[in-house]
Amino acid sequence: MAAGIRTNELRKVYNSAPPLAAGAGGFSFAEKRSKGKQPKPEIVALNGISLDIHAGEIFCLLGPNGAGKSTTVGVLTTRVKPTAGQAWIGEHDVWKEQSTVKRLIGVVAQRPNLDFSLTAREILVFHGAYFGLSSHERNHRAASLLERFKLTDRADQIVRGFSGGMMQRLSIARAMMHDPQVLFLDEPSAGLDPQTRLLLWEIIREYNRSGKTVLLTTHNMEEADALCQRLAIVDHGRIIALGTPAELKASVPGGYLVRVRFGQHSPNLFERLQALSGVREVRATENSGADLYADRGGSLVSEVANLALAANIELCDVHISEPSLENLFLHHTGRSLRE
Amino acid sequence: MNYKAFMAMLARDVRVARRNIVALLFQTFLQPLMFVFIFGRVMVGSGYMPPSYKSLLLPGIMALSMVGTGIWAVAMPLIGEFQFTREIEDRLLAPMDISWVAIEKVVAGTLQALAAGLMVIPFAWLLLRPGVDLSLHRPILFAVVALLVAVFSACGGLALGCSVEQTHIGLMFSLVVAPMIFFGCTYYPWSALANFPIMQKIVLVNPLVYASEGLRATLVPQFPHLSLLAVFVALLGFNALFLTVGLRQFHKKAVS
Ligand SMILES: Nc1ncnc2c1ncn2[C@@H]1O[C@H](COP(=O)(O)OP(=O)(O)OP(=O)(O)O)[C@@H](O)[C@H]1O
Ligand SMILES: [Mg+2]
Repeated sequence: MAAGIRTNELRKVYNSAPPLAAGAGGFSFAEKRSKGKQPKPEIVALNGISLDIHAGEIFCLLGPNGAGKSTTVGVLTTRVKPTAGQAWIGEHDVWKEQSTVKRLIGVVAQRPNLDFSLTAREILVFHGAYFGLSSHERNHRAASLLERFKLTDRADQIVRGFSGGMMQRLSIARAMMHDPQVLFLDEPSAGLDPQTRLLLWEIIREYNRSGKTVLLTTHNMEEADALCQRLAIVDHGRIIALGTPAELKASVPGGYLVRVRFGQHSPNLFERLQALSGVREVRATENSGADLYADRGGSLVSEVANLALAANIELCDVHISEPSLENLFLHHTGRSLRE
Repeated sequence: MNYKAFMAMLARDVRVARRNIVALLFQTFLQPLMFVFIFGRVMVGSGYMPPSYKSLLLPGIMALSMVGTGIWAVAMPLIGEFQFTREIEDRLLAPMDISWVAIEKVVAGTLQALAAGLMVIPFAWLLLRPGVDLSLHRPILFAVVALLVAVFSACGGLALGCSVEQTHIGLMFSLVVAPMIFFGCTYYPWSALANFPIMQKIVLVNPLVYASEGLRATLVPQFPHLSLLAVFVALLGFNALFLTVGLRQFHKKAVS
């Protein structure tokens, strides 16, 4: 009974800064008093997100900081109330059937939220108890998950003293404790060393092979590329592209991207660049630069240099990138995902 | 409601309380017992206070211990867990309505407050003996009052804990808890305020007044006290109010 994930035109508008950043606040009556004076800032975190994630799929939300990935996960896991729109896990409306939905999902939040008063093993065992596992079963599962995530030697220590990566591993183990049909992982590999990251990828693939749905967020394109069957690129609370990694890469005109920067801006030169063979699209960028979307990379560089020389314009900078999700993001937004 | 998840959360709180038992005992009993010693023993022993003050003081100390414990036991973890650590998230994701997570906290706080109240009596009695004149003629009424007081403390803790930010904990104690204690008829009976008629009326908005007077009425009925009916009505009202406000604030904090 694998379950998929569906959303319809999700919108989320936050009326205030996040509670921690706010700093002020304090007693609730103090907040009410200030209401009339200054209008609260409105942040549109989600601006119409519609997704249809199949049961048994590894799906990835890729996007820069503040794109709305965590908010999407929050809505899907009952932690954020959407301003408009609906979300379903399997057949169940997330907001209206919260208890049923919570039984189906396992969640790893972006910020660690482990129970600091308990030991690693207790965290897993109590989590199992919240989900009604028998005492034998939860002890058994806790032991095997601790082993799987290489935490056995620290199992009976209070987690307050754990390193960031250990906490992250334990959070993931906890989310798997009740064997949920749908697993949400919000930036699961943040803070993990390369080896542990590979271990995590293996664990995610294995979990998925048993028919479970996995939704993970990342701003790491290699991770999305390596792990997911389909992905959505999110920016400013909207989906700007959706498909398999291969499809998305192929959707960039040409596939290759050559970024160049000249000493001065020249429309004439741009026209000639456009006419080079294999160049599909030329876009002017800041500082008299240009992005050339083309079906070849390196061989283009000398031709560009020759054109610049002929026009007596200095060529200051050249960068070639092969077909990648990064190019796709740049093509859609004009911004780099890495910045 | 999900009985298994609810009980598991209670078991978790018991586990944590057991782990911190020494700190918890000091925190609960040190201050009330120092007060009992100074006022009940030193002041009475040296003749500055009449001997009957010993009996008068005890119900107030019991109210104080219970309310302090309940508020602390519910408010402090909530304030912390909703802020930096977000520890509560795992429980919010348990398969039951999140209101039950709040109610579990109230139940745990009530149990702690009851334990504190029942334990402080023998301790204080040992410190004060001889000359403490307690009479438990109406044990059922006493039990009901004690339960109402314990529930009040836990619901108050819920309302406070979900309305106060971490940076304002100190302010919460000096602005809310301390005045409540001093104007809560804990160290003196309500009738002692007869010379301050306006204040005597104003303190009636303080739920601790009904807690102290209710315990006084059932433990030391020989002293003047508020009518038990007023105590029941007021405590029930406050409990309903704080629980409603607390649950509303809890939902606000739990879901963004
Ligand atoms: N509780 C909150 N209150 C107010 N604004 C919020 C809250 N949570 C998120 N936001 C805002 O919503 C927007 C989207 O945030 P979100 O956390 O979903 O981004 P993200 O894609 O997960 O980013 P990151 O890669 O940094 O984790 C941001 O502008 C953020 O400031
Ligand atoms: Mg995020």
